[in-house]
Amino acid sequence: MPLHLDEQLADAIRAHAARDYPHECCGFLVGKSGGDAVTVARVVPAANTREDSPRNRFEINPGELVKVDKAARAEGLGVVGFYHSHPDAPARPSEYDREHAWPGYCYVIVSVIATQPREIRNWLLRDDRTQFDEDAIL
Amino acid sequence: MPVKIIVPTPMQRYTMNHEEVEVGGATVDSALHHLVENYPDLRKHLFSDDGKLRSFVNVYVNDDDSRHLQGGETPVKDGDTLTIVPSIAGGLDAVGAGGAPSFHLQQNPDMMDLSNYEVLRYSRHLIMPEVTMEGQKRLKAAKVLCVGTGGLGAPLTMYLAAAGVGTIGLVDFDTVDLTNLQRQIVHRQSTVGKPKIDSAEQTLKEINPHVNIVKHEVMLTSENALDILKDYDIIADGTDNFQTRYLVNDACVLLGKPNVYGSIFRFEGQASVFYATDGPCYRCQYPEPPPPGMVPSCAEGGVLGVLPGIIGVIQAIETVKLILGEGQPLIGRLLMFNALKMSFREFKVRKDPNCPICGEHPTVTHLIDYDEFCGIGRGNEGEALTTGEEISAREVKAKMDRGDKFTLVDVREPYEYAIAKIPGAKLVPLATVKDRLHEFDSSDEIVLHCKSGRRSADALQILKQAGFKKVKNLVGGINAWSEDVDPSVAKY
Repeated sequence: MPLHLDEQLADAIRAHAARDYPHECCGFLVGKSGGDAVTVARVVPAANTREDSPRNRFEINPGELVKVDKAARAEGLGVVGFYHSHPDAPARPSEYDREHAWPGYCYVIVSVIATQPREIRNWLLRDDRTQFDEDAIL
Repeated sequence: MPVKIIVPTPMQRYTMNHEEVEVGGATVDSALHHLVENYPDLRKHLFSDDGKLRSFVNVYVNDDDSRHLQGGETPVKDGDTLTIVPSIAGGLDAVGAGGAPSFHLQQNPDMMDLSNYEVLRYSRHLIMPEVTMEGQKRLKAAKVLCVGTGGLGAPLTMYLAAAGVGTIGLVDFDTVDLTNLQRQIVHRQSTVGKPKIDSAEQTLKEINPHVNIVKHEVMLTSENALDILKDYDIIADGTDNFQTRYLVNDACVLLGKPNVYGSIFRFEGQASVFYATDGPCYRCQYPEPPPPGMVPSCAEGGVLGVLPGIIGVIQAIETVKLILGEGQPLIGRLLMFNALKMSFREFKVRKDPNCPICGEHPTVTHLIDYDEFCGIGRGNEGEALTTGEEISAREVKAKMDRGDKFTLVDVREPYEYAIAKIPGAKLVPLATVKDRLHEFDSSDEIVLHCKSGRRSADALQILKQAGFKKVKNLVGGINAWSEDVDPSVAKY
């Protein structure tokens, strides 16, 4: 599903990715899924709990997801997806991403090359989990 | 005892879009089982085939992770809220499985634009999910340096130009020779005698005028290599000698650039990607060069003209894969091709922790003298001959005309003898010289020749060691004879 992501919010994701480089950053996309598009209302940075290998892995503490989800529901919103960075690599899901993703969420990936954030792309896992499909960022 | 279960967004499609579901149950497990009884499609997402809760599914009881309580046995009571929380994780693939993570382009592909004309030109790329506009922009942003525009460089640069690689650098200082055309398809009959980089540029521009060709008409040396290589993303090595191969490898390691390697000989070829940042380098595989002259060059040993087509195109594919960030690169793998058997074999190449340039304690920290490293001095292999041991084609002709008594010995192979010969020469192939010493008279003057003078220099050493004193080597071999004495003798 295409994703409505304000330039300001995209900038916040880029800034987070640059700040955490060369580690992977991660966070939540809070918003609303309406009709044929998803609209992001705000982005919430998360801590990367993969301290053993933060350069090429990220993991979000489920407790953090519960909290963010609860706060979002209180506003009539929800967690619609997640973002993470790929340091020194393209903004394309890896095999590891595919294995750990869920259909129904938007996965936004930002590429960071030598401290500089580059392209941001939006991916959705197919229901049969075989592959990601890219969709637009509006 | 109804408890409320909060279903995460991705699973709501299995609960008829209900975000919250009320079910009965006294424990977490029983509540979840009631849930999947009501919504059977949800079962496979929550439970594995043996009925256990999947490891990437967490269940919270109110605000607490059930794993920190009593797991599935955690009691629940009326009014409790269970929240199903999916594990969220991801990340880049490990090295060697899905591109080279450390590789990136110097130029930002987002800054590239494709005209409608280019979109049409590259349409067969753009409709592939592994390429798309994004990948084509990466190709356009990429800068690839091809060292050598010979057998390997020809198909390599032609396909890279066709694929839309934005900048192709060419390093060569040679001119196009008639003997090149049997395999170096980037050069043409019409460009014989022209500088190779001009000839290659002409063909590449004809294939794709959008490509920026940068010409370096120099011999790559320790002095200029870093300066030439530093502006490129990928270096493709299409050289035919060990000095340049080690030079290219070391410069790539020092600059942190991938070296897409290929080599060919007769019916066999090799290819690999040496990228010290993510894997081994050429020195990890070949710590020492072979003794000079042991591995003949294509000029001496010959090469099947079609062979570099295979190896050069493998180099082109590896280059494009690196640029796109797709697939598994040949990093840490050496591919061996045998055209006669039509077989590919693959060998693991391990990074050597003691590698003098990319190991843990490098001793090579700058570019060295590669002629010296490869045991090459002033162009002569092995023991240098003294001027008294050399003779020119014209002098040999003069001796013949004067009627001097001497024996002219041809140390080439019989099939070369069949191509062209100097009248009166006795054929004794180099490999048989040792066994046929009795056929020579040590009181006679002996003149040895081959095609270019290299093999006959080796034969001269053999005769000298056997005690022959009056032996000379015909400088430049039969090719010099053809040029300076008798043009009716075919050069090859």
